[in-house]
Amino acid sequence: MPANIRVLRRRIRSVQSTKKITRAMELIAASRIAKAQAQVAASKPYADEITRVVTAIASTSGVSGVMTTPREDASRAGVLVVTSDRGLAGGYNANALKTAGQLMTTLSEEGKDSELFTVGRKAVSYFSYRGRRPTASYTGFSEQPSYADAKRAADLAIEAFLAGSDGDYEGPDGERHQGVDELHLVYTRYVSALTQQATAVRLLPMVVEETDEPRPENLPAYEFEPSAEVVLDALLPRYVESRVFAALLESAASESASRRRAMKAATDNADDLIKTLTRSVNAARQAAITQEISEIVGGADALAAR
Amino acid sequence: MRAALVSPERALWEGDAEVVYARTLEGELGVQPGHVPLLGVLAENGTVRIHPADGGSPVVAAVSGGFLSVSDDGVSVLAETAEFADEIDVAAARRDLEQAEPGSSEALVAEGRLDAARHAGRS
Repeated sequence: MPANIRVLRRRIRSVQSTKKITRAMELIAASRIAKAQAQVAASKPYADEITRVVTAIASTSGVSGVMTTPREDASRAGVLVVTSDRGLAGGYNANALKTAGQLMTTLSEEGKDSELFTVGRKAVSYFSYRGRRPTASYTGFSEQPSYADAKRAADLAIEAFLAGSDGDYEGPDGERHQGVDELHLVYTRYVSALTQQATAVRLLPMVVEETDEPRPENLPAYEFEPSAEVVLDALLPRYVESRVFAALLESAASESASRRRAMKAATDNADDLIKTLTRSVNAARQAAITQEISEIVGGADALAAR
Repeated sequence: MRAALVSPERALWEGDAEVVYARTLEGELGVQPGHVPLLGVLAENGTVRIHPADGGSPVVAAVSGGFLSVSDDGVSVLAETAEFADEIDVAAARRDLEQAEPGSSEALVAEGRLDAARHAGRS
C-alpha cells in the first residue's frame, strides 16, 4: 500500500473521531436547550408576579426611590456581562462581548467610567487580556444557573449601586471599591433556536416605560407590612435579582443553542471531509491497482517478446 | 380566591384557596377572600399554609424571605426559597439547626423548615 493511501486513511480516522465528539456535543447541547427553556418557563410566574407588584406600586403610590430616580451627573456605571464558561459555542461569546464593548464605548462618550462585573470564564479572560480586570467575576454555572447564583451576582452590583459614585462598598477581594450610579446588564436573548441576540439593558435606575395601554382598573392601594419603606427596600433588590436570574437563564438557553448550531456545522463539515478523503483514497487505490496491472502486463509482454 | 405559591425557580402551587396563612416580619397572618390589598415581607423562618377551596388537605411549605402580595384578584406568595413540607429533609434541617449559630439566619431557616415539617405531621 503506497504511503499516500496510508496517510489519507489516518486522516479519515482522525476526522471520524472528531466527528464523534462534535456529534455528542451537539446532542448534549440540544438536550440542554430544552432543559434551559423549561427553567425559563418555571421561573416565569415569579418574575411576572414580582413585575406586577412593582408596577402596581410604582404607578399608584408614586414611589420615586433611589432605585427609580436617575442620578444627576452620573459619572460611573456598572456593567454586568453574561458569557459562558466554555467555548465552542460559535459566535455566542464574541457577540455578547462585542455588545458589552459597544455599551462601554457609549457610556464613556457620555462621560461615565464603567466598572465590570462578569459571569462566565470567557468574559474574565477577554477583559483581563485587555487589561480591564473585572471587579467581580462569577464562574462555574453558566450552563445551569440557579437563583442563588443570580442573587450572588446581583447583590454585589446592587450594593455598588446603592453606594453611588460618591461612596464605596466592599468588593469580593475585601477591598473598598468606588460605587456606581447606573447598572447595565449585557446578556443574550433567546429569540428562537436559530436566533439569539446579544442585548444590553439598563437595570438601575429602573427604566420607567410609558405605555399606551390604559391603566389597569382599580389598582389596589396596598397596605404595607411592616412599613412601606421596609417593603420597598426589600422588593426592589428582589426585582433586580429576578431580572438577573431571567437573564442568566436566557443566556444559558442561548449558549446551548449556539453550541448546538456550531457543533452541527462541525459535524456536517466532518461528514463532507470524510467523503472527499474517502474519494481520494479510492482514486489512489485504483491508480495503484491500474499501475500494478499495467506493470504486470508490460512485464509479461516483454517476456513473451523474447 | 386565587392563590399562588411561587419561588424564582418554580411555581409550587396554584389554585382556589379558602384561606392562606403566612408569617411576615410582623407575625403570623391569615388571608381570607375580601382581605384588603396588602404587601408584606415574609419572615426568614416562615411556614405558608394554604387551605384549598375544595376542602382538600392543606398545602404546607417552608419559605424563607420574599413577599406576600394580596390584591383584589388573589393572594400570591413570592418566596425566595420554598419547599413543600413533605419534601423537607428533617434530619438535615436538625443538623443545620445544631450547627448554626443561634439566632443567625441559617438557624432561622432550619427552624422554619422543621416547623413546616411539624405542621405537616412529620417530626
